[in-house]
Order: sequence, then C-alpha cells, then structure tokens
Amino acid sequence: MDSGRLTQKTPTEWWIEPHGAMRVPGILFASEALIRGMDDKVFEQVSNVATLPGIVRASYAMPDAHWGYGFPIGGVAAFDPDTGGVISVGGVGFDISCGVRLLRTGMRRSDLRGNERELAEELARVIPVGVGRGGHVRLEDAEQLDAMLEGGAAWAVARGYGTKADLDAIEEHGTMHGAEPGMVSELARRRQRDQMGTLGSGNHYLEVQSVSELFDASAAGRFALEEGDLVVSIHSGSRGLGHQIGSEFLRRMTIEAPRHGLQLPDRELACVPITSRSGQAYLGAMRAAVNCALANRQVLTAIVREVFGRVAPGARLTLLYDVSHNTCNVEKHRIDGHVKSLFVHRKGATRAFGAGHPDLPAHLRDVGQPVLVGGSMGTGSYVLVGTDEGMTRALGSACHGAGRAMSRHQALRQFTGRQIVADLAARGILIRSPSPRGVAEEAPGAYKDVTAVVDAAEQAGLSRKVARLEPVICIKG
Amino acid sequence: MTSPLQPSIVSRPPPPLVTCAGWEHFPHGADIGVRGWGPTVAEAFAQAGLALTAVVCEPRVVRSRDVVEIACRAPSLEVLLVDWLDAIIYRMAAERRIFGEFEVRIDGFELRALAHGEIIDAFRHEPAVEVKGATLTALEVTEKPDGRWCAQCVVDV
Repeated sequence: MDSGRLTQKTPTEWWIEPHGAMRVPGILFASEALIRGMDDKVFEQVSNVATLPGIVRASYAMPDAHWGYGFPIGGVAAFDPDTGGVISVGGVGFDISCGVRLLRTGMRRSDLRGNERELAEELARVIPVGVGRGGHVRLEDAEQLDAMLEGGAAWAVARGYGTKADLDAIEEHGTMHGAEPGMVSELARRRQRDQMGTLGSGNHYLEVQSVSELFDASAAGRFALEEGDLVVSIHSGSRGLGHQIGSEFLRRMTIEAPRHGLQLPDRELACVPITSRSGQAYLGAMRAAVNCALANRQVLTAIVREVFGRVAPGARLTLLYDVSHNTCNVEKHRIDGHVKSLFVHRKGATRAFGAGHPDLPAHLRDVGQPVLVGGSMGTGSYVLVGTDEGMTRALGSACHGAGRAMSRHQALRQFTGRQIVADLAARGILIRSPSPRGVAEEAPGAYKDVTAVVDAAEQAGLSRKVARLEPVICIKG
Repeated sequence: MTSPLQPSIVSRPPPPLVTCAGWEHFPHGADIGVRGWGPTVAEAFAQAGLALTAVVCEPRVVRSRDVVEIACRAPSLEVLLVDWLDAIIYRMAAERRIFGEFEVRIDGFELRALAHGEIIDAFRHEPAVEVKGATLTALEVTEKPDGRWCAQCVVDV
C-alpha cells in the first residue's frame, strides 16, 4: 500500500481521512514498512467498513491487517445499536471464535530433552487433526449439544474436561452469555457431531513451545512465565458448527441487506441492523458458536493433559489465558465522555484490555489481559499484555498473528512439505502432520514477520511484549 | 513422500472432444479461488465442484463408490453457486465424504445433482485442508462471448 494515500499521525498511526460515504476515519496501526507491505485491498476494506451505519469513532486495522471478506483480517469496528448499528458476518469470520490458549506445564524445556520425539508422536497419535478424523467426544443428542452451546467451556469442565480454575482464565469466564441454541440449524449441529475435541486444519495447530525471551519481567512474573519454561499453545476455533453458521448467515444477510435499505459499497460486507430479527438471530447463533469453540479448546486441553500425564508425569498444565480473535462482543467503551454499550467486531484481532478492566479475572486485573499472538509454524509466537492506552486508541484491541505473505498457491510452488519438515527438524523443531501439502501451504516463509507486527502494536500503544515463545513440537492438520 | 498435487494445482487440460470444460484454482491471499468452465452453466458448476475437491485432494484418486443427491434453489445463479459449493462442503464435513465426479442439471435457478465419491480415507487421499465455506469474493457466474460459461468464487480454508 502506498503510504502517501494516508495521513500519518505518529510513526505507527495512519489515517484514511473520511471521504465519500465514510462516516468515520479509517485508522491503521502499523510501521511504515508494514503499511508498504499491506495489500491495497486493506485500504479499500477499511474505508468500506467506515461507511456502515452506526459505526463509532473509527474503522480500525491492526498491524497484521490483510485482505479479508468485506472486513479486512485484522479489522476492528464497533457499532451502536441505538443509531442503526449493524452486525456483519464478515466482521466475525467463518471460524467464529477462532482463538488461542496458552498452558504452562510446570516443566522446563530442559526437562523434555531426549523425550521430544516420544511426546510428538503421542500428541500426533491422540489429537484428532485434519480432514476426516473424528473427535473422541461424540454429542449424541440435541440436549447434550444444546448444553454445550449454552455452557461453553463450563459445560466441558462440568463433564470432567478440566477444572474451575481453567474457567477463571478464559474470556467470558468460559461461557458466552446470550447464546441461543435454537438459532443453530440442524445442518450446523450435524456438522459438529463428530468434531468435538478436534483441532482442524489450515493454520490451526497445537504447539509445544519454550519461553525464549522475556521483555516485561513484572508482567511475566504475574503470568508465571520464566525463560526456559515449557508451554503449550492451542490454536483452533468453532469447527464445523461455526463454519456452517457463518455460511448460512452470510447467505441470509446478503439477501436481506437491501431490504433494510443498506447500500453496501461491497456485497461481501453483508450485514443487517443489530436490532433486526436476523441480527438478533445471528447474535444468538454466533454466541452459541463461541461456546462451541471454548468447549472445543477445553476438550483439547484435557486430551493434552492426558498425554503429558503419560509421557511427562511430573507436568502440571495450568491455563494462562484463552483469547478469541474472530468475534463480536458487547463491550462498554467511553466515547466522547459517555459510556456506551457497543457491538465490537474483531476479525483476526484480539481483545487487549488494560489493567483495571472489570471484565478481567481477579488474578489478572492489576496487570492486564494476556494477548496471545501466533507466528508461523517454525517461527516464534508472543505473549503480550493489553494496555490502558489501547482502550482509547483502538477499543482495547491488538493484533492476532503474522498474516500471510503469499497465497497458498504460491507457497506450494516454493515449498514442499517434506523439505519444510526436514529443515525444521534440523533446527530441533518437530512437525507432525498427516498432510505434506498442508505443511507446505503453512511454511514459515509463507508468513510475514510476527516480530515486526508485535513491535508495531507496542509502539502504537495497543499492547506490550511480555514473552517470546519458540516452537519445539508442532502438531498440524 | 511428495504430495501428488505439487506443484501442479493449475488448469486441467480439456477433454479431447469439442466440449471444452475444465477447472482451475486461482490465488487469493489466505484462501483459494475455485473456477469451473464449460459449454453450459451446469457443466461449469460441475467443474467448479471438481476444483473444490482439488482444494482437499486430487480428484483422480477419488473412487466412485457411492452417489449422493444434492438439490438447491437460490434467487440468482451466483447465490446458487455458493449454495452448490456449500452443499458439497457440508457433505465433506458432516459425512466425511469426498467426490470425484458430478452430474449437474440446472433449471432456472434450481440445481439437481448426483455427486459420485466415497468416504474420505486419510491415508489414500492425503487431504490437505478442510474447507470452511464458499465466500462472495470473486463470485461470478457468467457466459463469456464465446458461449462458454464460467463459475467461480473464493473458498475459505
């Protein structure tokens, strides 16, 4: 993207001044180098989102922004239901509540030396990954499924897939309120039946990592992270149920938008008023899908704990935090001196509340929310912390990952799965995946530099770096 | 063990007779574009279905062990394409199927099809990725000046 099209306010804050039908400015947080590397569609999509009714303050883009569906990936936009605000499927994504959780193991990286292969093989054998592989938990009847859709991670914990302490470390305390299982179609239910406790494919992963560097000793101490610690990250979403809901409501909103008088600059911005029947139906279904994702990551956690229990009996896996990066949440924000309840879309962006926020669990309230940012398989990931400044700059939002640097098609032309696995093994990183093509598409070289992204987020005041994590074992679909 | 698909997920040569139908992928950011073309809109849809299969695995390794009926109706050809691809995606996800051949009939904006395939076998098919849904990105169903129909969109993986 040509940075000359933007007004630079600070080294990491760039505005698209309102023009045409834009109701608010576009605000992009990124270094100049990241801006230059962004595709031009980001400019168009940030501008388009800014035209939507009821949008409040700005249409935001995080440092990892790239071309999405209507909304850019890395897009954040809040809407006021009292001024005709809309809700958009593209602003949430197909993989509703795709997110990450980080588990401490109580082990040091050195404790695993010599047993990496055994752990990798066991995780690969037991974790259901990829296409066609069913989960261990089958939801047989509608009642069970409804209970899961209403209860989320709390449902899973009540069934023995974790502890109450886990719930204290999950957004929404493990249960998204306002879920309406009645809004979830029969097809979505059937699509989920065999997928409970599965990882998925594409950019989903389960990674055993070591804490390689600390940047904020105080926050790291509060997160109980030390250099040399062994940790586990799980990146997965709402599986078939979420995807089916995304598809069904994309169709519904595409057809209905004109009936609400919405003149969309891009039909991919399919949306409806929040207060409309379809808007409320989507909210009910989307929240159910969030619970499905939270339950799914909780079940995966139980599976990982079971594997560690056999391979590394001294380990004790505790949850640092679980964040979603494809959601629409109702949040209170101070806008022009008034506190308003807004519907905040974050598509490929993470909530990043600062210290003192009442929605944070008590044990983290004085330090701020952990923000988990995945790099690529083979490169580092980061733990960040939300800032107070970020609350006013970007409605308490931060980046979520590195973003792709090339298409899957290009990645397949440049890389082979076999070579990637061999190269990473030579660096001491074990990749386990049933799909060589999937590995090639997810090659480290196909992604941008996550360090540049988190550095820009810090410079922009959205979040602060706490720790860097290096991969040891990566399980992929 | 190199995937049989690398590096060649590109166009398929048309069959030797006159009909000129085929499929290909086109690149898009984080996801994949599927495109089918043929002398009729129904054939273009059938080819788009093969392009969708090819996102997951090579269509030629899929055996025709059973057949599934698919029917959809939409307010336009474009939405019909999204519905068609989503119906295939649903069966791949919920029924763990993969399809290697499609027979499609389209009447106005109504589609009826027979999808030939089998239950997915992780070892034989080596599925690369799970498709989440069809999107409106690059969504087009058009008749070209030479009479060929083209049906395409990006799918989210």
